[in-house]
Amino acid sequence: MALKLIDKVLVANRGEIACRVFRTAKRLGISSVAVYSEADKNSLHTLMADSAFHIGPAAPTESYLNKMKIIETIKKSGSSAVHPGYGFLSENADFASLCQQNSIVFIGPPASAIKSMGSKSESKKIMIKAGVPVVPGYQDDAQDIELLKAEAEKIGYPVLIKAVMGGGGKGMKLAQSSKEFITQLESAKRESLKAFGDDRVILEKYITSPRHIEVQVFADTYGNAVYLYERDCSVQRRHQKVIEEAPSNIDEIKRHTMGKTATQAALAVGYVGAGTVEFIYDEQTKEFYFMEMNTRLQVEHPVTEMITGLDLVEWQFRVASGFHLPLKQEDIKRSGHAIEARIYAENPYNSFLPTSGKLIHLSLPDTWDKVRIDSGVRQNDEISVFYDPLIAKLIVLGNSRDEALNLLHSSLSNYHVCGLPTNIGFLKTLVNNKKFRDYDFNTNFIPQNQHELLHKPEISEEDYGIISACLSIKESQCPKKTTSPWDKEEDFRVNSESLKNYFFENFEAGVSVKLSKGEFKVNSGKWNMSIQGSYLGNNTYQIKTSNGIQKVRVVDYEGSLWFVNNDGVVHIVSMKEQYKMEDKGTTQTVLNVKAPIPGKIIKILCKPGDDIKENAVVAVIESMKMEHMIVAPRNAKIVNVFFKEGDFVNSKDTLVVLE
Amino acid sequence: MLTSLIRTMSVLDSSIVRNIDFLANEKNFLATRSDLYDKITKIKEAGGKKNIERHRSRHKLMPRERIDYLLDPGSPFLELSQLAAYDMYGDDIVPAAGIITGIGKIHNKLCIIVCNDATVKGGTYYPMTVKKHVRAQQIAIENNLPCIYIVDSGGAFLPLQAEVFPDKEHFGRIFYNQAVMSSMGIPQISVVCGSCTAGGAYVPAMSDENVIVAGNGTIFLAGPPLVKAATGEVVSAEDLGGADLHCKTSGVTDHYGKNEIHALNITRNIMKYVNSPEIPTSNSYDDPLYDIEDIAGIVTLDSRKSFDIRHIIARILDGSRFQEFKKDFGSTLVTGYGSLYGQTVGIVANNGVIFSESAQKGAHFIQVCDQRRIPLIFLQNVTGFMVGRQYESEGIAKHGAKMVTAVSTATVPKLTLILGSSYGAGNYGMCGRAFGPRFLYMWPNAKISVMGGEQAANVLATVDSNRSKWSKEDEEKFKQITRDKYDKEGSAYYSSARIWDDGVIDPFQTRQVLGLSLFATLGGNNDKKSFGVFRM
Repeated sequence: MALKLIDKVLVANRGEIACRVFRTAKRLGISSVAVYSEADKNSLHTLMADSAFHIGPAAPTESYLNKMKIIETIKKSGSSAVHPGYGFLSENADFASLCQQNSIVFIGPPASAIKSMGSKSESKKIMIKAGVPVVPGYQDDAQDIELLKAEAEKIGYPVLIKAVMGGGGKGMKLAQSSKEFITQLESAKRESLKAFGDDRVILEKYITSPRHIEVQVFADTYGNAVYLYERDCSVQRRHQKVIEEAPSNIDEIKRHTMGKTATQAALAVGYVGAGTVEFIYDEQTKEFYFMEMNTRLQVEHPVTEMITGLDLVEWQFRVASGFHLPLKQEDIKRSGHAIEARIYAENPYNSFLPTSGKLIHLSLPDTWDKVRIDSGVRQNDEISVFYDPLIAKLIVLGNSRDEALNLLHSSLSNYHVCGLPTNIGFLKTLVNNKKFRDYDFNTNFIPQNQHELLHKPEISEEDYGIISACLSIKESQCPKKTTSPWDKEEDFRVNSESLKNYFFENFEAGVSVKLSKGEFKVNSGKWNMSIQGSYLGNNTYQIKTSNGIQKVRVVDYEGSLWFVNNDGVVHIVSMKEQYKMEDKGTTQTVLNVKAPIPGKIIKILCKPGDDIKENAVVAVIESMKMEHMIVAPRNAKIVNVFFKEGDFVNSKDTLVVLE
Repeated sequence: MLTSLIRTMSVLDSSIVRNIDFLANEKNFLATRSDLYDKITKIKEAGGKKNIERHRSRHKLMPRERIDYLLDPGSPFLELSQLAAYDMYGDDIVPAAGIITGIGKIHNKLCIIVCNDATVKGGTYYPMTVKKHVRAQQIAIENNLPCIYIVDSGGAFLPLQAEVFPDKEHFGRIFYNQAVMSSMGIPQISVVCGSCTAGGAYVPAMSDENVIVAGNGTIFLAGPPLVKAATGEVVSAEDLGGADLHCKTSGVTDHYGKNEIHALNITRNIMKYVNSPEIPTSNSYDDPLYDIEDIAGIVTLDSRKSFDIRHIIARILDGSRFQEFKKDFGSTLVTGYGSLYGQTVGIVANNGVIFSESAQKGAHFIQVCDQRRIPLIFLQNVTGFMVGRQYESEGIAKHGAKMVTAVSTATVPKLTLILGSSYGAGNYGMCGRAFGPRFLYMWPNAKISVMGGEQAANVLATVDSNRSKWSKEDEEKFKQITRDKYDKEGSAYYSSARIWDDGVIDPFQTRQVLGLSLFATLGGNNDKKSFGVFRM
């Protein structure tokens, strides 16, 4: 029987990965179906598919994680297959089984493989059996102290002591030598008992300088498996990857050994489709150990696509349709060096906290065969609190690593986002960091080099001058309401130069701009300059000064100005009210405590009439998977509380009124 | 079509050569201009650093800041008589006469704004303060402009009460005008930012709607010291006439401003609903073809030397287009049509001494413009009418009279700019202050007197009874005294200090000032009336 490619696929995902899958589906002539939650009704991915179905409210549990609703939609849409993307249901064994029961092709491994790889202890046992190196350790039930100490000696110091039930670093201790072991073990047990009511521990070799290197594997339904080389994903913040690159700097022999090992690992669990075997690579000993296997297409798969010239989604479709793997191992070539930078809505200067809001301005670098952008958002779209704050992935390919890094830096400089903070500036600093350039890093790179990497660029007097000139240019090009002199002669004052004054928060001097014979004479503090300029549309200005021509952007949004300088550095400045005045004669002042971020109220800790102290927590908001404490700005009495637990609030909503 | 259009355009050719004369003129002219700017800068220092600090410590804004805030963003402010009271009260320096007046835009409606400057002598009314206030009201009346009074004044300046209180055009006139303006339907709003004592209390009391600033604004006929003296009652200013009292109990004020900014916001809101007409619009137009700054080199400060007034016209009118009327008849007066910011205007400009023909031509042209409802702009640079037997015999007196009659009785808006000399009857025929121009401005180099200083010195020397006893030196000394006196009294600053005009302006801002003024007149009471008898 001749094999046929899947004819219609539903992508049970959103954002850039849904768009990514649709692109290949379109190219292969596969009909595509999108699903969307209430929050995504105008999202790009719904427009890219041939049809789109509403599957529920914004909360993921009620939409993208709602298995029955998605199975129902697959059937209703007449799709024969479902692509889960990454995240959501992509590694959900129950969903994979459910698909099978409903005769739907799940584009991914069999449920059994997902299950095996989903459990850390089970996968480790399978790997040991298959001859895959794992981090030396002890994970048996016997907890005799002398036994544990003997096991630790066997593993070799330093040894990490981890609570069986542990998480979030609780009950985790490091023993550098046998001398420390007993004290650290007791301490770990104590903590664990207190936190989890269980004092059992496991032991693991501690890798002093670990790198995260993963191998892309692919297997078909005929028991064939190949590897598509490795990716180095060591640069992480908050235990999440930000930069991924391929190849890593391991040598060819190691590369081959690692690849072979990865295919062994996949075959050991009867793997099918795209998967990633993650290893810890010990920079010092050059040893690698199995960590876990991700049973899905990963966020950073484009890096592999760039160096191999292959389309992994196409491979997924083929394998899922029952085809053999398109290439044999020896036919899989690679060339060049690819790097991916993840552009997130987050604030690097505030612990990388995720942010949300509207992409008021979005301009992208040019894309070509060596610069690729995978994104699911357009200008004016929202980054919602409900989902991952990924804006885009920027992937570049160079002949060498240095060339790739240069290209990444210049592309990042032309990637401009206004309306919410992003990590673009941080990424640029990172890309130019000497240690990073010298391939001198491990997974602790960002925390260890915070000082250099999180250096926030300062805005200059010149920047204030240019911002003011741009505002003047915009105003001068704004069509006047009428031709009467009362509209035309803006800011005219008798016997005085007609100056436009701009006042900014944090810039005492202010800026004055005078339009004289087609030139803007700008004076900001000690800085004076004649500027010629024009507005190019979409918040963009061409500015000509004695230093040459530059292109800058100024975006006015909710009382703040977002300024993108010629180097692509974004500064946010606030205009100051020229005249401000406190009430005279009023003694009572009421203060509104507002939500700093949109999210769900998970706790209200005060009620009207309460007297509270400065810095006392009045409410807790959960947003972007984090908890935010809202505190009283001063000693006060609570007058009113506007929300209850479980309510959703928008940024700047008044939560509590104080008196 | 295009060629016929081009054919109908009468663009002035006003190319200039930057020769040695030009450069010499320019140097002198720019010095005169920068002298004006120096004087204005000094005036804007208001009551001085110490007084300003005290003012601000009371949570008060400076008058021009209040006005900036009150006006629409980007609105021009046509400030009037900045030099009022300049050098008039000896050691008492009273910058801008302690009161800021002018025209600006609020919700796209032009308003007259009158704002006391409490940093200058506590905002008290000197004679020139009264005159400036009354003049602002007169402008409101003639041009039908709503009036906003920002009050912060200690009342009449008591040491000069005789020059402030009793006469027709003195303090009482302010309130008389308020009543008359109200009867004409002109909206009046008061914003009480400080004291309104005694007579001052009537400013808000006679307005349509009032805002008072809590903690700072007070209104009472007699302040606490006077009350104590009169009745023995001890009461605080706030309790006697503060915002709470007037908004909640007396009803003298209508709106409670928590601070000045709040009060000014309320005032803007009031103006939104006054239902007065918005600023008239105009046809499209081009800017002048020539740079206004050229006039520095064109204009000579020596009144005996002449320049062609068309160079100035070319730098004021739209597209430098000027349709000249009777070009070859009475050529010392240049008349014709053009437009200013798209509004058609008639220009009457001196280009030498006035002859009989010039006067006849002027009378004719003014009559035509009035008939066609075209506003008139007079550009004065006149040493007078021609004298001599020949001219008397051809009846120059009656020809001059025709021009004066026409000027006096034309009811279209008239604007006058004195850009050089304004002597004798030339001032009359060319719409001097007495002839009711809606606005009259001077350049800093301008001179105004009954005749030139030299002529006056000669005349006075000739008629002096002691003349026979004079030596040559005595005569020269006598003449010099007269010349000096005329120089001083004839200067633009002497004139502007006494509010004989509405301001000395930067010549480079001529087009803007005339344009803003012109558009402020268009909504006025511009009904046509009949002319008087012309002696033929």
